[in-house]
Amino acid sequence: MDPVLIIVIVAIVAILVIGILIYNGLVQKRLRIDEAFAQIDVQLKRRHDLIPNLVAAVRDYMGFEQEVLTRVTEARAAAVAAGASGPVAQAQAENMLTGALRSLFAVVENYPELKANQNVLSLQEQLTTTENQISFSRQHYNAVVLDYNQTIATFPSLLLAGPLGFTRREFFAAEPEATEVPVVSLR
Amino acid sequence: MNFYQQISANRRNSFLLALVIVALLCALGFSIGFAISGAPEGGIAATSIALVIGILMALGSYFAGDRLVLGVSGAREVSQAEAPQLYNVVRELTIAANIPMPRVYVINDTAPNAFATGRDPGHASIAITTGLLQKLSREELQGVIAHELSHVRNYDIRFTLIVGVMVGSIALLADFFLRFTFWGGAGRRSRDRDSGSGGLQLIFFVVAIVLAILAPIAASLVQLAVSRQREFLADASSVELTRNPVGLQGALAKIATDPEVLEVANRATQHLYFANPIKKFEQRSSGLFATHPPILERINRLRDLSGERPLSPQEARLLSGL
Repeated sequence: MDPVLIIVIVAIVAILVIGILIYNGLVQKRLRIDEAFAQIDVQLKRRHDLIPNLVAAVRDYMGFEQEVLTRVTEARAAAVAAGASGPVAQAQAENMLTGALRSLFAVVENYPELKANQNVLSLQEQLTTTENQISFSRQHYNAVVLDYNQTIATFPSLLLAGPLGFTRREFFAAEPEATEVPVVSLR
Repeated sequence: MNFYQQISANRRNSFLLALVIVALLCALGFSIGFAISGAPEGGIAATSIALVIGILMALGSYFAGDRLVLGVSGAREVSQAEAPQLYNVVRELTIAANIPMPRVYVINDTAPNAFATGRDPGHASIAITTGLLQKLSREELQGVIAHELSHVRNYDIRFTLIVGVMVGSIALLADFFLRFTFWGGAGRRSRDRDSGSGGLQLIFFVVAIVLAILAPIAASLVQLAVSRQREFLADASSVELTRNPVGLQGALAKIATDPEVLEVANRATQHLYFANPIKKFEQRSSGLFATHPPILERINRLRDLSGERPLSPQEARLLSGL
């Protein structure tokens, strides 16, 4: 056989193998993003399920601050409803709920009998951990999105990513903690 | 470097270090064999024996080392119902670190400390003393657990198990040879032989003695240097996971100032812990033979990460006198 032909064949095979490896890597990274996103949803749902219990547990003690509880209940309802209307609306509603819960916990601090109630303490711990799980899931989601976006924007994956429809993914925006000041009544 | 690159760099370094230690083991085995028998075949035989013993011990520690360590430390596995907050904190951080949920153990001791062990993230255990649970806030507990889970995620736990045993088998072999020489075994045999290979045998005899003295020290120095480096890496990874340098700093300060000594820890398990469990604060100082970096330096590196001014020695004394 002609040595030039052999070189050409070897080169084509090598390029094909490299192409397949790059493609598989991209698919794997995209799957990681979807998995991370699904994880967040699970925890958001868990938080929605916990809130009615907490509201029921603290309602009897907090005679004068029904509006804090109403805010939490309304924010929860809005967050559940927003689940169907896209990630951006959902993130906004969930951040509202986070803010409402923070002000509720701040108010709980003013009631010694609530702070000593085992049921309330346990619910508070469960909500804290769910809250943390949500933010850690978002953090993990952002890490995998960053990894994926970097890969599709750099050589050599760049050559394949565009034609095969691997597009940039969006990050989760940080929660607007600084703007959401909890309403605390000092009696 | 992102998470994944850091982990693969770490695994590569572990592999290289294990190779160095295996080479040391082989060199020691060969020179001992040659020195005793006076022939290369004897050297090869002794190398094989040393390797087989080393591999068996490494395999044993790979599959059962975690149970041994947990058993020796008196750790008891706890359920979610028994320690809900601890479980919650661990679960939160497994999400951040993207690893499976490890088994959670509690050690009944008032000294605050913790360790992680196992062969990979899928077979990992994490143990916390009751003192740590009582003395730390939720935020500080989160910092410590994130540090331990970083050891799991970075495969430090596997490294610690296997390299610890390999270093141990070098020490064992060296010890065996030095005792053997002390009782005059090699001297008697070499006199029986003709002087043809005697010169070479004498050279290997000297080499074997030098190696038997130096190899265990060299191996443990390398192991300890890597161990200290990984404590810093785990501290940094802990902050990377929790996005909160204050919690871990608070935990370090509390542990540094705690006067109690962990009773179940010993020289074989001290390097596993979050902070050196045997020494007191003043003695937890820097040095070639230290398992952990000094706590003040760990705190100051964390403060550096968040752009804060390092603590002065006066403030450190204040910290230790709390």
